This record gives sequence, C-alpha cells and structure tokens, in this order.
Amino acid sequence: MGVPVRRFDAVIVGGGGAGLRAALQLSEAGLKTAVLSKVFPTRSHTVAAQGGISASLGNVQEDHWQWHMYDTVKGSDWLGDQDAIEFMCRTAPDAVVELEHFGMPFDRLENGKIYQRPFGGHTQHNGKTPVQRACAAADRTGHAMLHTLYQRNVRANTQFFVEWMALDLIRDAEGDVVGVTALEMETGEIYVLHAKAVLFATGGAGRIYAASTNAFINTGDGLGMCVRAGLPLEDMEFWQFHPTGVAGAGVLITEGVRGEGGILLNANGERFMERYAPNLKDLAPRDFVSRSMELEVLEGRGCGPHKDHVLLKLDHLGPDIINQRLPGIREIAIKFAGVDPIKEPIPVIPTCHYMMGGIPTNYRGEVVAPKGDDPEVRVNGFYAAGECACASVHGANRLGTNSLLDLVVFGKSAGDSMIKYIREEMPTWKDLPADAADRSLARVARLDGQTGGEEVADVRAAMQRTVQSRAGVFRNDANLKLGVDEIAQVADRARLLQIKDKSKVFNTARVEALELENLVEVAVATLVAAEARKESRGAHAHDDYPKRDDDNWMKHSLFFGSDRSLRYKPVHTKPLSVDYIPPKERTF
Amino acid sequence: MSEIDATEKKRIRWRSRRGLLELDIVLERFLASGFDDLDQGQLADYRRLLQLDDNDFLDVVNGKADLDDAALMAIVRLLRAV
Ligand SMILES: Cc1cc2nc3c(=O)[nH]c(=O)nc-3n(C[C@H](O)[C@H](O)[C@H](O)COP(=O)(O)OP(=O)(O)OC[C@H]3O[C@@H](n4cnc5c(N)ncnc54)[C@H](O)[C@@H]3O)c2cc1C
Repeated sequence: MGVPVRRFDAVIVGGGGAGLRAALQLSEAGLKTAVLSKVFPTRSHTVAAQGGISASLGNVQEDHWQWHMYDTVKGSDWLGDQDAIEFMCRTAPDAVVELEHFGMPFDRLENGKIYQRPFGGHTQHNGKTPVQRACAAADRTGHAMLHTLYQRNVRANTQFFVEWMALDLIRDAEGDVVGVTALEMETGEIYVLHAKAVLFATGGAGRIYAASTNAFINTGDGLGMCVRAGLPLEDMEFWQFHPTGVAGAGVLITEGVRGEGGILLNANGERFMERYAPNLKDLAPRDFVSRSMELEVLEGRGCGPHKDHVLLKLDHLGPDIINQRLPGIREIAIKFAGVDPIKEPIPVIPTCHYMMGGIPTNYRGEVVAPKGDDPEVRVNGFYAAGECACASVHGANRLGTNSLLDLVVFGKSAGDSMIKYIREEMPTWKDLPADAADRSLARVARLDGQTGGEEVADVRAAMQRTVQSRAGVFRNDANLKLGVDEIAQVADRARLLQIKDKSKVFNTARVEALELENLVEVAVATLVAAEARKESRGAHAHDDYPKRDDDNWMKHSLFFGSDRSLRYKPVHTKPLSVDYIPPKERTF
Repeated sequence: MSEIDATEKKRIRWRSRRGLLELDIVLERFLASGFDDLDQGQLADYRRLLQLDDNDFLDVVNGKADLDDAALMAIVRLLRAV
C-alpha cells in the first residue's frame, strides 16, 4: 500500500477528557493503546471548562441520582435517552470520587468532603428547589481533570502521538472499523494505524458558527470522518448558545456578571429582559435570554453600526464591585471588546457553545447505525465518547456541568466495552483493506494539486456566516430553506479548496484546509437536520412551529452525508432500573 | 541553542493553537503582526512561553499575573499590547 502501518490493540483519536479517560481504562487493562492528538493533550479544549462537574454526592445538601436524572431529562426537553441518562447520573458519584482518588484537586468543605456549588438547572425533588451539585477545582476544573488523567496515562504506558491529525476512518468490506489514517505534522507523512478497536473523542465543532466560544481546534474532525465513512450523525440540529459572548470575538462573559447585577440593554437603552421575563429578568435560563436578545436584534433594536448586538451594562455597579467580585471581566472586556466596563457597556451576542448531537452511540460507548429495520446496530470495532458522541444524554439541550461528567462516565464505559470486544471477539487484527489509505492520500493530493480554486479563509467565512444567520438561536422555515441551499454552495466550494504552501513539514495551511472539510460536513448536517424538524424543542427554537410536538417529533434525527438524507429513530424511553419520566412542559 | 529556521517557525505557529479561545485570538493577532519581526533570541523566548499551561498563560497575557523571567516578560508585553 506504500504507506507505513503501525499496529495497536486500541487507537483513540483525541486527548481531551473523554479520550484520556478511555485510554486509561485500556492501558491499565494491559492493552497496547495509542492516543492521537492535534495538540498536546493538556491543551485540549477541556481545559476551558471552569464551572465544574455534576454528581449527586449530597455533600452540601441532600441529593439523589434520581433527581439528577430528572433534571437531565427535563433539560434535554425529553430528547435524551433515558437509559443513558440513568447510567450517567447513577454512575456520577463513583466517577467523581474516582477522579478524587486519581488525585484531582477538588475544592473541599471543612469536613474534608468535596465542596459542591450551585449551577443552573440542577434541583432537588424533581425541579422544586435548586441544589448544589457541581464539584469544581477552583475555576480550573477542566484543566485539573486533564492533568490528572494525563499523568495517570503516562504511568499506565499509554502511547501518545502528539501533533498527529487523524484523517479518515478505515472500514473493511464488512463495514467493520479496523483503524484510521493519520498525518504526522512534524514530517507530513501519512500513516495507517491498524487497530482492533478505534475510539473517537475528538470534541466539538463549534467553529461552524461565526460567533463561538470554542477554541480554534474544535473543528469536528471525528464527525467529518464518520460522514466520509458512510456513518450517520445524530441530532445535529441541536446547538447550545451562551447568551453573553463578546460580539465579534466569542469570548465568554460568565453568568456571574448578571448575577452581580449586570443588565442587558437594547439600542433604545431599554432593559428588555423585564419585558420577556418579568420575574427572573436578566437571570432567566440561558436559552431564554439568548432568544430574547436575538428577538431584539431581529426587530431592529440591535446596537452598533450593524445593529447586530445588545449591550451588557455593569458600570452602575461601580469599580469596586467590578474589580472585587468579577475578577478578570474587566481585562477580558478591554482586551476582546475594546471597552472598559467601568465606563462603557460590553457588546454581546448569543454565542455557540456546545454541540448536543454527534456520532450515535449507546451508553456502552458503542457506535450504532441503522441496518435493515434495526435503527441501532453496533458498528464493530468503533466507539465514541465526549462531545463528539451522542449517547444521547443531553438531548435537545445540555445542562451545565453535565459535559465533564459525560466525558469521564462514557470515556470509561467505552473503554470497558473495547476491552471486552478485544478480549472476546478480536483475538487478532482483521485485515486492512488494500485501499485503506487511498481516500486520505487522494484528499491531500487534490489539495496540493488544486489551482484556480478557493481560499480556506474565504470558504470558512462563508460557512460561518451561513450557519450563523440561518441556523442561529431563532429559526424559521424560509431562513432554513435558504440556509440549506447556501450551505450546499459552500460545500461545493470546499471541494475546490487550495493552499499555497505545499511543503510537508508542519504545514499549518494544509491542516486548516483538512479541518475545514470536516467543519463543512458538520455545517451541512446542521442545516439539513434543522430545516427538517418542524417543532421547537430545547435549543431548536422554530418560529413557525413554536411548540414541542411529542407526537410527531420525539425522535432522534440521523443525517447521512452521501445523499444528505435524514432518517429518524425513537428516543429510548426505558430507563435501566427506574420508571420512565414522561414528558411535561418545560417551564421555569 | 539551535537556530530557529523556517520549519521551526512553522512548528511554533502550530503550537500557538491553544485550548482557550482567548489565547487563540491574542496569539493569532500576534502571529499576524509582531511575530515575523522577532529576532532569534525573542523567538526562543516566545517558544518557551508557549510551554506554559493555558490557564497560567492567559493570566499572564491578561495581566493578572507576571513572570519572574525578564526575557519572557519582554515577549509578554508584546502580547499584552496586541
Ligand atoms: C468556555 C467553555 C466552558 C465550559 N465549561 C464547562 C463546565 O464548566 N462544565 C462542563 O461540564 N462542561 C463545560 N464545557 C463543555 C466541555 O468543556 C466540553 O464539552 C468538553 O471538554 C469536551 O471534551 P472532549 O474530551 O469531548 O473533547 P476536547 O477536550 O475538545 O478534546 C478533543 C481532542 O481531540 C483531539 N482531536 C480532534 N480532532 C483530531 C484529529 N483529527 N486527530 C487527532 N486528534 C484530534 C484534540 O487534539 C483534543 O485532544 C465548556 C465549554 C466551553 C467552550
């Protein structure tokens, strides 16, 4: 085949929280495990998570995993699979205690137990009163998790391939996954990594939006690889927005600013949240505030020369409160918004934050796809965990602090499933297909040979504009239809991407072009799935269908890239051990 | 100290990709402005700076913390100014 081949029991693509947790399970079981990462593992995007990780430890207030489960089901707007949600919430206390035993430096109570802080959406007695369920390591929870898991992996002899970019999934004639192709950035060489089992933990794809809180690295590579390999993506219409990202930059301004008395103003200087949420005002739930802000802009009351944002005012709090209770906010506003919040308001817009959809899996971390009449047949040898996967625990809307939990619970669960599969079903490697590396080689060759084509920056900007304007916080039929056409044009242009730098070693231009190809697959999936869903549920707020429609739409979408078609599969309504939580209206 | 050639500069560019959006934005601006004017010594200092953990790096860039190393602080001042 002319491409060097390396063999492992397990190959894990992604060195964030999910990939590292899975790798640890495999390496500690004595399996030869490789972790690939585009960047040094502790610089994965998990490092950005500050808020914490949820678990019903009940250290501060009475709590039960059933209450956590209820909150998660309700948060998901009844699109989450209740078996997976039960599994996650029931396992959460053990998962957090395990991290503690691994040495993660959680904040503590005086009695030595892990301290827990409040976080939106988490309650006691099925929605009655807020509960303190979030465990944190100061404001560096994700950072602490990555360092803890990385150290354990080094000890367990996990082999790291840092600055390696996986390019494509390798499936054999039976459709089983037998490895990946990958680009070693340092040399520019393409390798085949042959494996008995492969796990994707490639994180989110928030860079499809023009306004995103995600770091540049979140380009949905795992999802792009799945689409090219003929596998579906689930629930791609659901993206969570954070109301207060700095306009033009995306950088997050925490909810704490509004908690301390910061208020949102429109172009008329009106505190518009009083109109939408007379009681909670600026502190209404994230999706509600985001939608209200977007309405102000759509109705022409946006601020600035393009009337495209609103203002977050905090100067009335005075410099003392701003400096003491909101450390770092002033620096962020000056650096990224160019305003000093002690004197001027900060321009903000609802900003893409989290991808609820992804690669379809079950709660064992096995990737599943429809075959014949069965909507969920295991894809042999293929696993996924973390933000790139859709288990589905977050359904139509994720609760804060449930993502870090998802990483460790399903990272471990997928690791266990892989161990079992390798030991019981895969005593040796399946043969590689003769054309294992062809697709990747052809992609890179096309890129290098392209002339008279499209510039990466132009196509990326066109994609981000389209997704932002057509599949943003507020959606409607006319806009989504336009968006589907526009994104198809962007996808056509992406087939003609060209790069000037054809050198091999650390060719960042090549990497960014390959990343953009993945982003575009995700963007197409998002628009097609969003256009088709004729209801409002969780993060999918549809102007023409403002109500949730359980009779027709309580189902997961599955997007297939080959013909851009959709299929649907039922939501899992049978938890593992407790009673089904039937749908109710989501009110606050 | 080995010379920082064109290839090494490309590696440094890639390592300017971080886990925090705030750093991505600052470093992208820097790569597009001051980076190409750095001399060999400054390049080596910038490369050392990139070894910081993302959160520590951001604190330094945002002016919430300083470093003891004067050479590194000289680069930090460039980053604070972009
Ligand atoms: C600002 C911010 C704050 C947040 N705060 C919280 C919080 O407080 N609590 C919470 O629960 N959640 C929070 N989240 C969400 C949470 O941080 C993420 O969902 C989670 O960290 C994703 O982890 P992951 O392991 O799936 O992926 P990541 O940590 O994103 O890791 C992905 C990995 O895959 C690698 N990779 C990707 N593509 C390739 C490829 N082609 N080849 C090789 N490697 C590849 C990357 O190098 C990286 O190592 C926050 C998110 C943001 C943006």
